[in-house]
Amino acid sequence: MSETQQKTQCITLKGSAELVKEYLLYGINNILYQRGIYPPETFETKDHFGLCILMSVDPKIVEFFKVVLGQIEEWLLQRKVERVSLVISQVKTKEVLEKWDFKVDYENGEIDAKTIIKNEIMPEVGKKDLKTIQKEIREVIRQITATVSFLPLLDCLCSFDILTYTKSDCDIPNEWDETSPVFIANSQEVQLRTFSTSLHKMQTIVSYKNT
Amino acid sequence: MSHLKYMKELNTLTRMDDAIKGPVPRWQKKCLETSTSSAANMSLNTSRKAMNVTSANNSNNSSGKTPKKGIEIRNGKKTPSKNSKKSPSRATTPNKTPCGGDRFIPTRTTTNFELGYFKLQQQNTDPDNKNETSPNKREMQRLIGENLHGGDLSNMRVLSYQNKAPAPPEGYQNPLRVVYSQSKTPASVKASTRYIPNAPDRILDAPEIVDDYYLNLVDWSTSNVLAVALGANVYLWNAGTGTIEQLFELEGNDYVCSVAWIQEGPYLAVGTTVGNTELWDCSQMKRVRVMNGHSARVGSLSWNSHILTSGCRAGQIIHHDVRQREHLVSTINAHAQEVCGLKWSPDGKYLASGGNDNMLQIWQGVAGTNYSHPQPIYSLSQHQAAVKALAWCPWQNHVLASGGGTADRTIRFWNCNTGACLNTIDTKSQVCSLLWSTTYKEIVSGHGYAQNQLTIWKYPTMNKVAELTGHSSRVLHLAMSPDGTTVLSAGADETLRLWKCFIPDPHKKKEPIKQTSAVSCLKRSIR
Repeated sequence: MSETQQKTQCITLKGSAELVKEYLLYGINNILYQRGIYPPETFETKDHFGLCILMSVDPKIVEFFKVVLGQIEEWLLQRKVERVSLVISQVKTKEVLEKWDFKVDYENGEIDAKTIIKNEIMPEVGKKDLKTIQKEIREVIRQITATVSFLPLLDCLCSFDILTYTKSDCDIPNEWDETSPVFIANSQEVQLRTFSTSLHKMQTIVSYKNT
Repeated sequence: MSHLKYMKELNTLTRMDDAIKGPVPRWQKKCLETSTSSAANMSLNTSRKAMNVTSANNSNNSSGKTPKKGIEIRNGKKTPSKNSKKSPSRATTPNKTPCGGDRFIPTRTTTNFELGYFKLQQQNTDPDNKNETSPNKREMQRLIGENLHGGDLSNMRVLSYQNKAPAPPEGYQNPLRVVYSQSKTPASVKASTRYIPNAPDRILDAPEIVDDYYLNLVDWSTSNVLAVALGANVYLWNAGTGTIEQLFELEGNDYVCSVAWIQEGPYLAVGTTVGNTELWDCSQMKRVRVMNGHSARVGSLSWNSHILTSGCRAGQIIHHDVRQREHLVSTINAHAQEVCGLKWSPDGKYLASGGNDNMLQIWQGVAGTNYSHPQPIYSLSQHQAAVKALAWCPWQNHVLASGGGTADRTIRFWNCNTGACLNTIDTKSQVCSLLWSTTYKEIVSGHGYAQNQLTIWKYPTMNKVAELTGHSSRVLHLAMSPDGTTVLSAGADETLRLWKCFIPDPHKKKEPIKQTSAVSCLKRSIR
């Protein structure tokens, strides 16, 4: 009995980071589809979190996500990530038209990152049912889908980029580079639902150009 | 101490400087005197004061002083005396080059660079000064950062992967454009041999109809009476005679959320904001019973013989047996959010429910009864928005059509025996309502932005047969007359429009009439 409870009610830091990564992957793909940034033919439906989500099948985009989100997951484990930003900008003028901020909060108090790495034998454990977490994520993704009804049309060729805001003591891996933060002049912000894995708390905010 | 000496020296220097310019005012002299004689700790302040005074003095004098030199040479006049009173008169003399007044000429002799440099250096090293200004500045910078970037960036790094994702192909156009544009939808309207009037047959006013996608406010009974909920009122419009009767009015801020006629007879079910489901006998204009059970508003209702199924905002579905005192047969937690579409299949075998959680659930009826199992046989998540429009095919009992909201814009067809999606079509607009024709193999859909039109589709090819425009706001609900010829659309523009779009073909006319008369005979005999 207790064993089964353990299985259903515990979530490790690793599992939590993976969930956050999955949320980012599916959430961002959903945004790319719903905002019409890439042709709809390059998307295929996938069942996840009890939802039908359209995922890009373009090999370059798939590879991009694999690398970027893999790195972000690693940073999540080390508590290095503060925020992940999806920036949608016009291809020609490089003007930023829309920005999706995914803010990460680390729950369970402020434990030093170093001690976590050292005490790998005793990993952090959150007490939240996987089903309730998935339900929360589902609701955020649904909200993302519903934003089409108020976000302005992206009426030009647009590309996207992912910026990661990390702690200042974070090492820069190969092929990564430091850039400047991005902001939209005269922007409107809408905060979406928040979900929490009991270890990571994720806040989603969309800001777009106010016209 | 050497530093103090230097200070003294500097002060004397400034004094000497003053002496050149002319008589120093008495108060200033006094001040300087005290500064030189005073203790070391005073010297800093006083010297600063002296500095201020001298600089002020300089600026006063300079206008008179410096131009003098230049003018001297040009005019060959006498060296101006120390008296500065003369200078204004000189300024007024007509000269080629304007002197004084409009340009600033610094006086090198009076600006003490050494002192200035020393003062600057002193300010930088002074810890008191630093504390005075920088916290404000730091706070300001922090606030600017927070406003612009939503967080303090001073201890953050912004990193990005260098191999960027590829840009979309050149010449690609955002398909969402159709959602925002007013232009006609691209799919062509196929010419049909049948005549469909483009204008509505009749327009009725529907003041105060609630513009809410999630409600079901219109139903047309088999006895040709249309029930319409307008705000807190329910009106009955007899389509045969044209008479209008008010059934009732709710009190307070409550409004009617759904209406549904029983298949046979004068009973009308009404869902309200408080979560009650009321049953009205419209032949006597009397309320028969009130059934509770829901915690939030009842936005959808569907009858299956004597079972009334209701869906509520909290996501529950309840089966009420209207014959029993204990009406509550079963409660199902069907959806995570509001249930906005609810329809029993014509043979009572399946119940379809659509929710604001974008789910479409198919429930199988329990054999021998008229309510459903508490577990869905199919949970279909393909829709990307709320599923309100639901309609069962009248000639294939297991085929269901469902339409999604703004983010989805598709009509999907399902085989509920297998759970397979038979077909899907993008309508380019919010699907608010769906109705199958009983006379033709066609389906009609009610849409929102951009055209607020009704579209008639040929099934199963899904070619457009006609587009009926006229509503100035989205078409919220559709209902069909019992003879199947007329479609009623209720728009958010507070009008009800009647479209005679399914008038039977005159060549085949005899056949359906016989059929309907046969049915009505049967009905009479049952009653």
